[in-house]
Amino acid sequence: MSFRFSDVASLKDGLCQVGYLSDEGIAGVVYLADRLQKPVLVEGPAGTGKTQLAKSVSEVLGTRLIRLQCYEGLDEAKALYEWNYKKQLLRIQSDGSDGHDWDGLSDDIFSDEFLLTRPLLEAISATDPVVLLIDEVDRVEVETEALLLEILSDYQVSIPELGTIEASQIPLVFLTSNNTRELSEALKRRCLYLHVDYPDLEREKEIVLTKVPEITENLADQVARVVRSIRQIELKKAPSVSETIDWARTLVLLGVDKIEEQTASDTLNILLKYQSDINKVAKELVTADGVSA
Amino acid sequence: MTAIGTPQGDGATQRVPLEFGDAILELLNGFIIELRAAGLPVSLTENLDALEAVKHVPIGDRESFKYALGATLVKHYNHWKAFETVFEVYFSLRGRQYAIGEDDEFGDLDDDELDEAQLGDQQGGGGAGENLSPEELAEMLFQSLLRGDAQMMKGVARQAVRRFAGMEPGRPVGGTYYLYRTLRNLDLDGVLERLLQQAQDTQGEFSDFDQRLWRDEYQQRIDQLQKEIEAEIRRRLVADRGVEAMAKTLRKPLPEDVDFMHASREEMASLRKAIYPLTRKLAARLQRKRRHGRRGPLDFRRTVRASLSYGGVPVEPKFRNPRPHKPEIFVVADISGSVAAFARFTLHLVYAISGQFSKVRSFVFIDGLDEVTSYFEGVEDINEAVHRVNTEADVVWVDGHSDYGHAFGVFWQKYGSDIGPRTSIMILGDARNNYHAAQSWIVKEMQDKARHVYWLNPEPRSYWDTGDSIVGEYSQHCDGTFEVRNLRQLEGFVENLA
Repeated sequence: MSFRFSDVASLKDGLCQVGYLSDEGIAGVVYLADRLQKPVLVEGPAGTGKTQLAKSVSEVLGTRLIRLQCYEGLDEAKALYEWNYKKQLLRIQSDGSDGHDWDGLSDDIFSDEFLLTRPLLEAISATDPVVLLIDEVDRVEVETEALLLEILSDYQVSIPELGTIEASQIPLVFLTSNNTRELSEALKRRCLYLHVDYPDLEREKEIVLTKVPEITENLADQVARVVRSIRQIELKKAPSVSETIDWARTLVLLGVDKIEEQTASDTLNILLKYQSDINKVAKELVTADGVSA
Repeated sequence: MTAIGTPQGDGATQRVPLEFGDAILELLNGFIIELRAAGLPVSLTENLDALEAVKHVPIGDRESFKYALGATLVKHYNHWKAFETVFEVYFSLRGRQYAIGEDDEFGDLDDDELDEAQLGDQQGGGGAGENLSPEELAEMLFQSLLRGDAQMMKGVARQAVRRFAGMEPGRPVGGTYYLYRTLRNLDLDGVLERLLQQAQDTQGEFSDFDQRLWRDEYQQRIDQLQKEIEAEIRRRLVADRGVEAMAKTLRKPLPEDVDFMHASREEMASLRKAIYPLTRKLAARLQRKRRHGRRGPLDFRRTVRASLSYGGVPVEPKFRNPRPHKPEIFVVADISGSVAAFARFTLHLVYAISGQFSKVRSFVFIDGLDEVTSYFEGVEDINEAVHRVNTEADVVWVDGHSDYGHAFGVFWQKYGSDIGPRTSIMILGDARNNYHAAQSWIVKEMQDKARHVYWLNPEPRSYWDTGDSIVGEYSQHCDGTFEVRNLRQLEGFVENLA
């Protein structure tokens, strides 16, 4: 069995080169996932780069990313496989005249040719080493979660008409969750767990510098500081990393080189998406004695 | 780098490398037992994964080791903190740089570093840390925070603990006591003000906005220093009393097990965070229960009609559609001082899943009583509503000390006629009545009229009916009296209710 990554440091460098700044924890868990051949469950607030992590890892590896977007009402036919019913019908009709026996026909129409693969089966049956991303897994119902269990633990799919399809290679699997509901124990047990939080000051600054190359270091530092202060206020939706980047871009476009009170409160609507949050921050940021709780 | 692999005192260091795995196995087993004792659910599979995982990380690297264990053993973000504490305690003495025996050397080393870092005018002070005057230490503290120098902060934390905590071997006092003593002597609030002043002086013009940013920056550094101090105290305690004893006393309850009545401010914050996913979980579970609810009672008429097509044999029994019972809920909550937090969480939870009830009305009281239902209507942010309840509701009648008798009197007089046979009444409070008249006949009247009356008490059962608590007198008229001290118990109760 060959492994994808030789050590944590090189993985971290690789991620950095494709523009994803990881920290020891993130790179370490991804590395372990490869070594232990286990899926990674990535949890954390929205907009902290959970999905981006999977994309970046596939980019580092230069492999295909197969993505399953979860939503309420997702079922087997959309996630695993489906029989191509129309094609099966055509097959039966075109055969009707020459007297094939039924056994042969039924064997025939339940074969690979009539199987429509959906993301999960596709990831399992792929011959190249793919990265599978199961996005926002907390959106599916608890019952649907069970669909994933066989894949995640044994890397195989059972199709009643065909038998069990085993993976020819073990895909690297990422599951992301925004933590809107508790995932089942069974699912969690099969995964490595990674909690991605908002980055600390230094990392956020680095991220801004990487993503917005035109920005000056000084401004990036200020951006990171202001965002950190805003995150300490209790809000409906704290600014995510992507919103920080948007804000930094805006400031650069506006030709700002130092964030003043006025510029900050004028451009808050880029960082925050709720009017009540905007009002709250505008009020709290300028009152100096607003001691961080 | 530190070697973590060898438990102390069992001679594991002399073993041949082949048996190194055994030592790890033993060590991890102990660690996992400790985790379970702290309340983390660690399954056997996860245990095996952890064993597998540590094979793949460099054993000398403490951080990777921690992440490897964390990724395999901790599956919930709220549990991370408990994990971290156990980890720090359990592995605290197993690294060379953490060994207390060499402390003196290291202490000197720290002092040297500190001296180097000090400003020129203090060179005379030099030597071992003990010789520093309190003023010099304070200055060092100030400088370390001003520069955000992590190494220096560590040194200061060590010095401060050695000097101010007054730790004595064998003294049965918890870590928080030492922490308090150390922090009291350091006067961190004063230092914060000084730092801000300094920043203001050097920066020149200084808007409120700038001040806010700097305050956050320094506050963060101070928090970091505080963490260093805690770590230092913990290290010394472990050295004194041994790993197992300390792991027990330092065990932090998981957020869902934190007692409402005794939660610290920090724990309150984590409780607030924990309640949101909890409500989602509860709502989803209740909905599912509804959907999969069993069929209603036999519908005789339709069964007979259907039997006609089989010649009168009732082959196909028909059932009525189920009528999910959706109770009307009245929450009557004591919001006086000590039980306020408990009332808040209950209101949170009830409103978050109010879709499961046909109607929720809430009342709060201390010695007067007021309806607060409207505060929760059309509000997106429950915290805001709770804040309004605490500030605007008219709940004080005479002196603002709980008077259940009077509050119930008002409730019965004003809202008693609204209670119907579909109403469930939840009364939240510790029934500490300050020796006022109990008026328990009102609760009896309520019980006669309503479907159910439940009493939720945030006090431990053993405290009931002691002192001025008269929960026993009320509870004889209630359909159930429950001890609800933490989120887990609250969740269980609400699930049964709906």
